[in-house]
Amino acid sequence: MQVNLKVNGTEHSDDVEPRVLLVDFLRSNLRLTGTHIGCDTSSCGACTVLLNGEPVKSCTMLAVQAEGANITTVEGLAAGGAMAPIQAGFHEEHGLQCGFCTPGMMLVGEALLERNPSPSEEEIRWAISGNICRCTGYMNIVKAIQHAAAAKQAAAKAPSHAAAVAGGQ
Amino acid sequence: MATVHMHGGIGESIKRKEDARFLHGKGNYIDDLVLPGMLHMAILRSPHAHARIKSIDTSAAAAKPGVIAVVTGELMAQHKLAWMPTLSCDTQAVLATDKVRFQGQEVAAVIAESKYQAEDARDLIVVDYDILPAVTSPDAAKAEGAALIRDDKDGQKDNHIYHWESGDKDKTQAAFKNAAKVVRLHTFYPRCHPAPMETCGCVADVDSVTGKATIHMTSQAPHAIRTVFALVTGLPEQNIRIISPDIGGGFGNKVPVYPGYVVATAASLLIGRPVKWIEDRTENLISTGFARDFHMTGDLALDENGKMLALRVHLDSDNGAFFADAQPTKFKAGLFHIVTGSYDIPTAHVTADGYYTNKAPGGVAYRCSFRVTEASYLIERLVTNAALEIGMDQADFRKKNFIRPEQFPYTSATGWVYDSGQYSKAMDVALNQLGYDELKKDVERRRKNGEVTGIGIASFTEVVGAGHGADFDILGLRMFDSAELRVHPTGKAMLRMGTKSQGQGHETTFAQIVAEELGIPAADVAVEEGDTDTAPYGLGTYASRSTPVAGAATAMVSRKLRDKARKIAAHLLEAAEEDLEWERGKFYVKGSPNRAKTIQEIVFAAYTNLPEGMEAGFEGVHYYDPPNMTYPFGTYAVVVDIDKGTGQVKVRRMVAVDDCGVRINPMIVEGQIHGGLTEGFGIAFMELITFDDEGNCIGSNFMDYLLPTAWESPKFELGETVTPSPHHPLGAKGVGESPTVGSPAAYVNAVIDALSPYGVTNIDMPVTSDKVWTALRGAGVTE
Repeated sequence: MQVNLKVNGTEHSDDVEPRVLLVDFLRSNLRLTGTHIGCDTSSCGACTVLLNGEPVKSCTMLAVQAEGANITTVEGLAAGGAMAPIQAGFHEEHGLQCGFCTPGMMLVGEALLERNPSPSEEEIRWAISGNICRCTGYMNIVKAIQHAAAAKQAAAKAPSHAAAVAGGQ
Repeated sequence: MATVHMHGGIGESIKRKEDARFLHGKGNYIDDLVLPGMLHMAILRSPHAHARIKSIDTSAAAAKPGVIAVVTGELMAQHKLAWMPTLSCDTQAVLATDKVRFQGQEVAAVIAESKYQAEDARDLIVVDYDILPAVTSPDAAKAEGAALIRDDKDGQKDNHIYHWESGDKDKTQAAFKNAAKVVRLHTFYPRCHPAPMETCGCVADVDSVTGKATIHMTSQAPHAIRTVFALVTGLPEQNIRIISPDIGGGFGNKVPVYPGYVVATAASLLIGRPVKWIEDRTENLISTGFARDFHMTGDLALDENGKMLALRVHLDSDNGAFFADAQPTKFKAGLFHIVTGSYDIPTAHVTADGYYTNKAPGGVAYRCSFRVTEASYLIERLVTNAALEIGMDQADFRKKNFIRPEQFPYTSATGWVYDSGQYSKAMDVALNQLGYDELKKDVERRRKNGEVTGIGIASFTEVVGAGHGADFDILGLRMFDSAELRVHPTGKAMLRMGTKSQGQGHETTFAQIVAEELGIPAADVAVEEGDTDTAPYGLGTYASRSTPVAGAATAMVSRKLRDKARKIAAHLLEAAEEDLEWERGKFYVKGSPNRAKTIQEIVFAAYTNLPEGMEAGFEGVHYYDPPNMTYPFGTYAVVVDIDKGTGQVKVRRMVAVDDCGVRINPMIVEGQIHGGLTEGFGIAFMELITFDDEGNCIGSNFMDYLLPTAWESPKFELGETVTPSPHHPLGAKGVGESPTVGSPAAYVNAVIDALSPYGVTNIDMPVTSDKVWTALRGAGVTE
């Protein structure tokens, strides 16, 4: 069965069995192995990707269900070589240890910040409660997302500051 | 950011060097590996806990498109691989030939071109079973007429595996006779599972021309596995290469050899193509790496003033169908006899009996140094119960009985020699941080208002960092560890070790030790582990042993090279060696700080301008066999509130004061503590692998085996004291397991303290809402 979708900005078209899971399609067909398989039952969130901006668990979705969708995986977070704020946040706040849950956590964090630029700790904890981390105890993941929120807000202010300066001249 | 400018020596919280690849989705986990021509393996597992195999029909599976081979126990037996040795010197079936002995046991394997094809064909294998009665507890195992599980073993007439004792029986009995008070606790530390986010797996690649077997696998101990493989298969050891790639969490789950590794390797050998085997989550939970399952009874004898006189403990261990505990061969119940804990108890006697049951084998140390967790739980629960029973404050009772600082090195009643400790100091830091005195008044006030609330304390002492090699081994291999340091002409270094990080941050921590000891900035030290063809031999990462053992080896090899550097510096500076002073990163002439050579200049000279007669190059290796174990300790204090209507327990506060000696990277240490306290929380309140009477595993997926999420997990308040280990070159003790070892008792003690006004003295873990609700209702509490 033909499936056409866009992953990290690139169009892909492939012939797949209808039963192929989205996570297997991403990992095997596209060799995007940053999306992980942790439980097969939608419980752990290691396989989380963004589907049209919303977090989904790609172990419980068929590749063909993503027909026409715009998908972001962890490999699509960084712009060029530079880390995105969410990645920098995880690095600076020691929000990862073994790294296995990290792609899913970052993508959920990214989606949260898109709709809520300055979430409270409780809002962050609720947002990531579908993703399990066995290493960190979550405190530093919360800080990592807060760190990214602050960085994004600072970056959002910076151009308007530059514009104001330019306007004043 | 800060990383760039920091030298990265000991005590600096530099950011992790390994982060970038994980943050970009470029980690290299086992399932990410694809080799040319690689096949996929799926394992058929037993649906029954105990059954005789009458026949296996693989014809329909073998006929499926894409299927290359179907492997059964019979085929494995032809190659003498149907059974394998376990880490506790027992045998374990690789693929069942006679009977299945637990639900989930490996029965057959399909090797096919794709994962989907392998799984499809697996479902077509037909096995005819004769179902036998299942034995699911030590009590059932020892009952008269119990089904004999291990009828494969000559001379095995019942389900008893071992009897083991430690301490002084007569002296302990006498002390109990003279006791003013004896407090008893019977408790069950239930079966749980490390459940790392990444399951176990391997890619076995046997070269049909050279015979070289390269096995990429999720192993915490790759060198030991290589030697075990050589002994089991008869392959020459230089032709076996184990590569542990990035590991997505281990927590003990990835120490043993599992049947899947053996079958995949045999299949690759027979077929001549690489074979990948990756567990799914259910396979992980039902067949590999269970932990605990100890039924424990402790008696604590006290004098009339609340001074501890003696400790007597018996435990029944549920070992599953094969005695496959990952532990030193000498100690049948692991290091459980550290059970006297932080207390100066004059005499103790510990007895243990192990039993076969129709449950998965393993007995791995889930974030634990070989059964220290069970021991710590028992003594800390018993001590709180004793304090409640004699009406003494939990903290005061502990302080009265702590081993005092001047008693170190302290020999415990079961023979352990504790290296160093300041138990009261750690407790004081915790109590101050908690505001204990005020909090106790607050608890009284709340209780008067009808609230159910309590405080729990645990003052654990661990024993970690195995070995010394004389007492600690894996199948006879001494538990030393190693570091090999190569410094290139431009002053950049490559450090390789016999350990294997699973998220602990070795690439950063061990670079920092070189930075401290040899003066090369941490950023310039690449750390590599896990490839047995390149890394020096070591026993791996578990039992909080990496920093105590491989960390010590890293310091020692750095110091060896510093000695060489001094000789070269003397030559370059035309000075006598003894006239040189070392300051991190350079040697200078005493009194003339400007006459100096940096470590980079010295290393360059090692390749370009050597003293006459000196061996060229700047490399070294050190194998470190520690003189003793290390004994980290700490005090954890928990405050809980319980909802009378639902039985729900809320952790209001959790203060954790750890003393793990000198901290190399405080940020990483704190990260370890956060993680361990959360796993401890999961064990105390959520995580349970249990079985019904027929031996069906209940807890076989993450909808039944519950792990803490960010929503339930408490927020932790950390504190520290620093009591260096006197025998470790850096004074470090190891920390990875302290929080998992120490915290379950603190959480449960808080619940028991809260329920003590209602006469409740014990609830076994996991302390779920329904158990608390039932206890409250039993005490007549309604709303």
